[in-house]
Amino acid sequence: MGQLDVAAIRSDFPILSRTVRNEKPLVYLDSGATSQKPTQVLDAERKFLERSNAAVHRGAHQLAEEATDAYEAARSAIAGFVGAEARDLVFTKNATEAINLVSYSFLNATLLAARSDSVDPELDRFVLAEGDEIVVTEMEHHANLIPWQELCAKTGAELKWIGLTDEGRLDLSDLDSIITARTRMVSFTHQSNLLGTINPVAPIVQRARQVGAMVLLDACQSVPHMPVDVVALDVDFMAWSGHKMLGPMGIGCLWGRRELLVDMPPFISGGSMIKTVSMTETTFAEPPQRFEAGVPMVSQAVGLHAAVDYLNELGMTAVHDHEVALTRSALDQLEKIPGLEIIGPRDLVDRGSAISFTVEGIHPHDLGQVLDNAGVAVRVGHHCAWPTCRRYEVPATTRATFYVYNNENDVTALVEAIRTAQQFFGTV
Amino acid sequence: MDMATMYQEVILDHYRNPEGKGLRDPFGAQVSHVNPTCGDEITLRVQLDDGDDPVVVDVSYDNQGCSISQASASILYDEVVGRPVSEAFEILDSFVELMHSKGQAEPDEDKLGDLTAFVGVAQYPARVKCALLAWMALRDAVEQIQGPEGSPMREKV
Repeated sequence: MGQLDVAAIRSDFPILSRTVRNEKPLVYLDSGATSQKPTQVLDAERKFLERSNAAVHRGAHQLAEEATDAYEAARSAIAGFVGAEARDLVFTKNATEAINLVSYSFLNATLLAARSDSVDPELDRFVLAEGDEIVVTEMEHHANLIPWQELCAKTGAELKWIGLTDEGRLDLSDLDSIITARTRMVSFTHQSNLLGTINPVAPIVQRARQVGAMVLLDACQSVPHMPVDVVALDVDFMAWSGHKMLGPMGIGCLWGRRELLVDMPPFISGGSMIKTVSMTETTFAEPPQRFEAGVPMVSQAVGLHAAVDYLNELGMTAVHDHEVALTRSALDQLEKIPGLEIIGPRDLVDRGSAISFTVEGIHPHDLGQVLDNAGVAVRVGHHCAWPTCRRYEVPATTRATFYVYNNENDVTALVEAIRTAQQFFGTV
Repeated sequence: MDMATMYQEVILDHYRNPEGKGLRDPFGAQVSHVNPTCGDEITLRVQLDDGDDPVVVDVSYDNQGCSISQASASILYDEVVGRPVSEAFEILDSFVELMHSKGQAEPDEDKLGDLTAFVGVAQYPARVKCALLAWMALRDAVEQIQGPEGSPMREKV
């Protein structure tokens, strides 16, 4: 697989040719928050809406048939993108909803069990009791922390977490005492949105298997940026979002191990997720329909289908290599700036392109403002990972993230804008 | 816009040399406010005297955050201490109005004093909360002392 032709890629993204803040060329370094969308994705959505728009899985007309085909073709392509089968892929509103879908399966099963004398054996594996444990890590996005905090608060389960080393990696030294016989779920991020760390999945899965716990992988920052094979990872659930991988906002994905999806109670209920309905009782459809109540986001699924086609065309190995090269260059140049401190791994081993840093004497909000004035779009703040900031004793960071359309000019612009900020605030 | 319009020297001066910073006794109420989007934090104490329109005897605070939120707290101290609550709240209301003007308002310099310098900040919606953080804490603290009925009804921001 060759290198990316970034000039050709950039021409597919109309937004990259606009200017911001007084005719400055846009330098977009915030793909970790959301990626830009190529014309191929926009065209696919538009074509669907102009030609085939209809509610899926109902209706007897041609448009409904075409829309259903487009929706299910998207499911196949997106599942295939992570080495999975279509029937194990649930579409959600976003990755946050995908994680909540799983956390609420535990809550709903626990509530249902409390109301009946005999626990349905299918639900049993999701029923939590006082003293059960859920394990996360200290580098989670709030989306993979708060749903579990809430679940624990409602069920009496205990939340535990894997701590971090000073270098920005998981501290697995006491894994066996954190994941115990009482652990029911281990939910952790594949790649930190703040630190850039790519976490080792195998040792955590291995320990979880020893104690019979389930594993959920938050893959929001990995699936868009590197080859991911969910079967090889051997996790039980994987959640990720569409809009961070060139697709539209409004669609997320949950992959689940089939035997678990089959046993899970529904999360959101209503139309389309049923088998039979009477005034007193409903039986539920098989997965994935069981978890897709209401009219789904069909045009977004079509757009995400086009996005995975686009990424497949580039090749995910080439995408990852491209980002590693930019990360290497950025780390090299950033570390030469006096007063700049990288929060996260400084080497390229198991590291993605999210680079968080602080600059002495300049608060991230102020730095972001000066960067913005130069046309450089970065994220500032705690990046929805407030506990991670606390761990490294920083109130906030500035974060640059790279994607397929970024190039060396972007790195240069970032570095120059930081130096400008230092001059402006008189810190050098 | 050029950065000097937003970061006027008066803002940078207050940021580098904040007035009245540090928590002091005595105080009638203490509040803690955060800006959840960026993690800026302030703990602020207010001491009022016993008058009918009580005078703000002291505002002390401990905060961390960007230059905008730090400078705003420092100017708050300068502008509010020694004034009756009614006047302090007039300044507060004018400042809230200025910050929500998207940079279109003509600031009333007599009333706003050094806060006039924030007119450039008002062009950036993401920074409005930074500028108002200390002032919202002030209102909260005064209302805790007086009760919400002790002050005129105000629109929440």
